[in-house]
Amino acid sequence: MTVPLDSSDMPGPMKHVRKALPHDSAEMHVMGTATYIDDMPEPVGTLHVVPGWAREAVRGRIVSVNLDDVRSAPGVVAVLTAKDVPGINDCSSSFGGDPVLAEDEILFYGQVVFAVVATSRDAARRAAIRAKIEVSPITPILTPEDAIDADTTVLPDYQFRRGSPETGMTAAEEVLEGSMRIGGQEHFYLEGQVAMAQPQESGGMMVYTSTQHPTEVQHTVAKVLGVPDAAVTAEVRRMGGGFGGKESQANQWAALASLAARFTGQACKVRLDRDDDMIMTGKRHDFRVDWKIGYDLDGRIRAVDMEFLARCGYSPDLSLGVNDRTLFHADSSYFYPDASIRSRRLRTDTCSNTAFRGFGGPQGMLAAERMIDAIAIKLEKDPLDIRKLNFYDGERNLTPYGMPVEEFEVMHDLISQLEESSDYWNRRDDVNDFNSANAVLKKGLALTPVKFGISFTLKHLNQAGALVHLYTDGSVHLNHGGTEMGQGLYQKVAQVVAEEFGVTLDKVRITATNTSKVPNTSPTAASSGTDLNAMAAKVAAAEIKGRLIEFLCEQHQCGTDAIRFSDNKVFVADESFPLSEIAKQAHWARIQLSHAGFYATPGITWDRESATGRPFYYFAYGGACAEVTIDTMTGEMTVDRVDILHDVGHSINPAIDLGQIEGGFAQGMGWLTTEELVWDEKGRLRTHAPSTYKIPTAADIPADFNVQLYKGSGNPQSTVYRSKAVGEPPVMLANAVFCAINDAIASLSPGQIPNLDAPATPEAIMKAVQDLRSRRPSS
Amino acid sequence: MPPATAPDMRSQMRQNDHSSDASARRKSPGQQSPAQAEGIASGEMTTVSLKVNGTEHTVTLDNRTTLLDALREKLQLTGPKKGCDHGQCGACTVSVNGKRINSCLSLAVMHEDDEVTTIEGIGTADDLDPMQQAFIDHDGFQCGYCTPGQICSAKAVLEEIRAGSPSHVTEDLTARIEVTEAEIRERMSGNICRCGAYANILAAITEVAEERA
Repeated sequence: MTVPLDSSDMPGPMKHVRKALPHDSAEMHVMGTATYIDDMPEPVGTLHVVPGWAREAVRGRIVSVNLDDVRSAPGVVAVLTAKDVPGINDCSSSFGGDPVLAEDEILFYGQVVFAVVATSRDAARRAAIRAKIEVSPITPILTPEDAIDADTTVLPDYQFRRGSPETGMTAAEEVLEGSMRIGGQEHFYLEGQVAMAQPQESGGMMVYTSTQHPTEVQHTVAKVLGVPDAAVTAEVRRMGGGFGGKESQANQWAALASLAARFTGQACKVRLDRDDDMIMTGKRHDFRVDWKIGYDLDGRIRAVDMEFLARCGYSPDLSLGVNDRTLFHADSSYFYPDASIRSRRLRTDTCSNTAFRGFGGPQGMLAAERMIDAIAIKLEKDPLDIRKLNFYDGERNLTPYGMPVEEFEVMHDLISQLEESSDYWNRRDDVNDFNSANAVLKKGLALTPVKFGISFTLKHLNQAGALVHLYTDGSVHLNHGGTEMGQGLYQKVAQVVAEEFGVTLDKVRITATNTSKVPNTSPTAASSGTDLNAMAAKVAAAEIKGRLIEFLCEQHQCGTDAIRFSDNKVFVADESFPLSEIAKQAHWARIQLSHAGFYATPGITWDRESATGRPFYYFAYGGACAEVTIDTMTGEMTVDRVDILHDVGHSINPAIDLGQIEGGFAQGMGWLTTEELVWDEKGRLRTHAPSTYKIPTAADIPADFNVQLYKGSGNPQSTVYRSKAVGEPPVMLANAVFCAINDAIASLSPGQIPNLDAPATPEAIMKAVQDLRSRRPSS
Repeated sequence: MPPATAPDMRSQMRQNDHSSDASARRKSPGQQSPAQAEGIASGEMTTVSLKVNGTEHTVTLDNRTTLLDALREKLQLTGPKKGCDHGQCGACTVSVNGKRINSCLSLAVMHEDDEVTTIEGIGTADDLDPMQQAFIDHDGFQCGYCTPGQICSAKAVLEEIRAGSPSHVTEDLTARIEVTEAEIRERMSGNICRCGAYANILAAITEVAEERA
């Protein structure tokens, strides 16, 4: 494990912050006692809900739905359809278009038409397959090309434009163009979608839900049931993984559980079967990217023209933010003097694609790396030299959307440190030697940067609340709007609160996120969980502490600097008192020992309409160097070594941050190498279980895997203890693996640009190898 | 796809299907007890005694109930998790007579008198198993959902190597098998950790292996 970072710029030594402490649930996790929703004791009479769907239909008009055999099946208590929705039949996050239960149309393969409520999940599942649903089929729109031909989108086009890319292209010494496909990704949170709803008196509903966005679940359930938001409480203690797949996609299952609970008056639980989960819920957007780049003979970029064609699925869901973020990251770390970067949000008759760690950013960045690699191959230069040549710097530091890259020196320093620690140039020689000596196996090497914008690009989401109580025994109750999905948010926030109160961590009671404690919360997304919630909790704790200090100053007739909170004690000049005693005294003096803290990220001014202003509070940086070996006879690939250097500012918890970096990289590597979603020609998802959809295993991570935190001067912005967000940026470290594979293929035919699509499965690698070989004589 | 109901099962279900009033949109759950309903919905019931974590339990269950469902739903041992229900993710791993299995792929009725050990039987808060402690020390988890399965698997992996049971990466089938990183990686590849905590999981297992050696 890593050592705590330098804390020299902080007032006094830190007791909890910047320590590599275990996750708050560590002991419960290893003992199997951490409670997920499906582990909760079920209230007496709990019923089980299973969604039913038209198993043959992809797109079409519903002609008839015969559920008689479902209703008569053993154990069935109720069968619900759209007609049973008392409120609004929609579970979308903002734009509408996501019916909880289908009305007249089937919009995609896997759309829920009815819900069976039965005495056991088994009975409900057996009943659900007895439905007879007749659908008059409509030819589905499946590919980006189909959608372009039909001119069908879920949201309007959007673009960033700077200067005159047309003139720039003409002025450039060389121009390259191409097209690449980037696949989507299934979240495969190990805990599938699950919700349990329990009716409360007077029309209330308590919903236990595995969601990154309890407020949205609350609002959705209220909307669907036709009751005020205040009648519904949503709670989540922890998720067994989220990765964006429980940001908006948890709504439907919570709504179904609540609907069934309302209808039957019993507690009702929905726990999706894994295949249903993979078929019914949205995924990472897949793209076709058409690109054109003009550059000079040194490899310096002159002009860029990129078009991102995203398959959004049947509804808008979160596609606005996702596709905007693709554009925000289409520059990776490179300065584009003239640029046209366009996005089309194509509507296809497939599941509605959604948030997935990186939120569109990874696809934008990968396309940028593809262009850089193309330039390097064409000019027969090393891709790292082309990357560094085009990095943002002191003069060329405005992104295509007008935000300056203030920390360009961090980017330069980090990459140059990694260049050295990974021994890039010597290994480049070794790779070249290996490739000269081997006809079948080829090695590839790549070092790629990460620059990821931190803040929700929807400005209003950049706020958080926390509720902190100090009890008279000196223990602290902590609650905030962020959700725990394994990323260690609860632990980090608890460390911050313990630091603030000067108490040991065992005095801080972490409690489940609950919409009745902290209302109107933002989703735990955009890597912002700690930045927002730890700050709100710090504000709350500081306020209570401030009241105690004021009280003590009066009692002891001293100045505030005579008072110090540490080791569960309060020091007043030379005297010390247990915090519990001070809390009791303050309570007797009628001082409030509870506070709702609030935080809103400063300095964000983005205006989407005019595409001006500052969308991000700051950038998180990183770099990865990957070495791979491919077998040009079979397409097999191994990742031999990966070196990572990543910037988390001053880490609040280096152990948790390293875990996020390693895990994010592994997940990104899966996305770009083994995880392939396959829809058949009819539009049915064929990869709906881990038997056909390959997620990285322990055997797949690099044999030689070196991960370090960048030792810098901390976040220049005034974030919580000068830390930086870490949730999403590491996913894009895996771009190095994809670029290294591309490098290995390119070694077969110098000067030729491989047509490698993502994911670089063995099949995709073989295809690119054969394509390159077939081109060789004509070049 | 959800496991397709075999035609013979369907016909059996129809034969067993004598529920009341097919036209009623909603039936009171009180009309039939859940146990009755399950019995009707399913096939034959069997009473089986399971020895789990050293304790005998006698449960009556549908013959088709998996060991995982029996543990989670009949015995309230919710440590083993349902990840995929296909034997592909490893979250449900438990030990049966000292060998690890995916409990979602095994029927409970097959385990009469078997010694089943779940994560709950491996250690206590006051006396953690060395593997549990190593997972804490090395941060071998994030969301924690796969962790019970990882730990049950990890303990079994070391036993399998010690017992000389070869794996796909074992080079010399006649020699004593060494506890190498390659062996551990290969043998742990049936336990998916979607958070990608593999580096730390491997470090934890390696530490326990070295302490034993």
